[in-house]
Amino acid sequence: MAVSQPVPKKEYIVIDSGDLEQPFRWSAGSYGSRFLTEIRDEKKFIGIRCPKCGKVYVPMRRVCGPCYAEMTELVPVSDEGRIVTYSVVSFGFVDPSTGQQKPVPYGYAAIHLDGADSYLLHFVDETDPAKIKPGDRVKAVFEEDGKRTGSLLDIKYFEIQR
Amino acid sequence: MAAGRVGIVGVGMTKQRSSRRDVTGVELINEAVRAALDDAGIKRKEIDAVVIGNMDHFEGINYVDTWSVDGSGALGKPVMKMTTGGTTGSTVAMGAYYHVASGMFDRVLAIGWEKNSESDTTGAIITAFDPFWDRPTFAGAVAGLALEATLYMSETGATEEDAAYIAVRDRRHALNNPYAHLKMDAKIEDIMATPYLSWPVKLGDMCPRTDGACAVVFSSEAAVAEFPNPPAWVHGVADRHLWAYTSDPYVNQKVVGGTWFPAMERATEELYRKVGITDPLEQIDVAELYLPYSFAGLRYMESLGFCERGGGPALVRSGETDMGGRCPVNPSGGVMSSNAIGATGLLRVAEAALQVQGRAGDRQVPDVKLALATGFGGCYWSDELVLGKDKPEKVRG
Repeated sequence: MAVSQPVPKKEYIVIDSGDLEQPFRWSAGSYGSRFLTEIRDEKKFIGIRCPKCGKVYVPMRRVCGPCYAEMTELVPVSDEGRIVTYSVVSFGFVDPSTGQQKPVPYGYAAIHLDGADSYLLHFVDETDPAKIKPGDRVKAVFEEDGKRTGSLLDIKYFEIQR
Repeated sequence: MAAGRVGIVGVGMTKQRSSRRDVTGVELINEAVRAALDDAGIKRKEIDAVVIGNMDHFEGINYVDTWSVDGSGALGKPVMKMTTGGTTGSTVAMGAYYHVASGMFDRVLAIGWEKNSESDTTGAIITAFDPFWDRPTFAGAVAGLALEATLYMSETGATEEDAAYIAVRDRRHALNNPYAHLKMDAKIEDIMATPYLSWPVKLGDMCPRTDGACAVVFSSEAAVAEFPNPPAWVHGVADRHLWAYTSDPYVNQKVVGGTWFPAMERATEELYRKVGITDPLEQIDVAELYLPYSFAGLRYMESLGFCERGGGPALVRSGETDMGGRCPVNPSGGVMSSNAIGATGLLRVAEAALQVQGRAGDRQVPDVKLALATGFGGCYWSDELVLGKDKPEKVRG
């Protein structure tokens, strides 16, 4: 006996992946952990210096790509710096770390910390793009004591110094 | 190092649409593969190897190389998956090219596809990045590109209206392409009136999310006479990948390299040297560029050597990149009109091949001898290919 042909559009079936979670456990490594414990316990930044070109990277990485050199020298880096470039994020999207919509709007910037040669992408406390400009000085604002967990989010945002 | 001469002899693409709920991934892939095999005039059994790519995180289904073999035509054949972020499609093209240029395979099928409707694209993109140093604050491609746009405007004086010109141009070109997703005869004011997604990038400045697939048949010089279509010869390829973390590109622009987009500039220098291009605006007849957002259509012209640094806005506003200009960019409508991400880079190559073959229909640019195709993605990765009508004297690997 013949069966009918494929269903019309209104009957297409779509399934959701549902509320299932498949957790992962990622290792920061001994150097990455050092960076994160310094923020958690001391509210300070540390970087790592390339033995060949002398550049200081924040956050941690173990190999200077251009020099292909292993890095081991940890150095202090300021919690202040300047904005290199910025945006104000206003579109909704799912934060895969939480599974929830990220609250918007928020200021977002590439930050050049004093003493570092790389940049950190982080939040800034301004949502009017007319009130931010490249070169603005910023300072890290940390989560309160007891609330820091050893994450980049232990830095709540960078405050523009006016 | 010398490489074998390779020609593109068939292309197939699905219509690029916002959602293809009527098909599964393998069915979508099969649509493009059947079209490519028909276009090349060959049977599945004549294909020697398959290269396929997408990004698993957009569908949440891993191993397309395995589950798609019925539809991809890879059943019982060598198959290799390639995934390089936004450049996936162009990397798939280069991978298929390498297969043939090596002399090990005569007829290789390249496939790129994506069903971006099946996930939150930004959320999925974020999962491609480092969970400690990038993910906590990264907001995907839109916000990352917005940082680039701010920097570009602050350093060159380019405006949001300059960028909007690109969005208008490409979607107007898309009106000539029956396969394109977003087609519109908009004005700069229309783009300017769309809401900000991530200042200074507006909805109208961004590529859409698309479901679609593309397949391309590559042939060795020895086998090229088997095919009815004139070959689009690969004259050269180059690619560069320079960065690890999402903040690195800005470092390279401002501190390390001091140039706009070192990955694209270095790939371009190598490619043009291999192919013998000294004046791209004069020598390249058409370009299919992976422009993920409007500002890229200004800045990339500079990194591709079409004008001096900061000269992008003046070049595009002169009309030279419109249909009828000296080097039309994206006659297909490009990525600003269709972006099924794993297919996108391969579509640039397919469209460049159609232009070189003189088979691009209403979107054909007259007398194309050399065409440029690019892929962009990952952490500012750059893939570039030049296709030509005439058989190259020698191809440099």
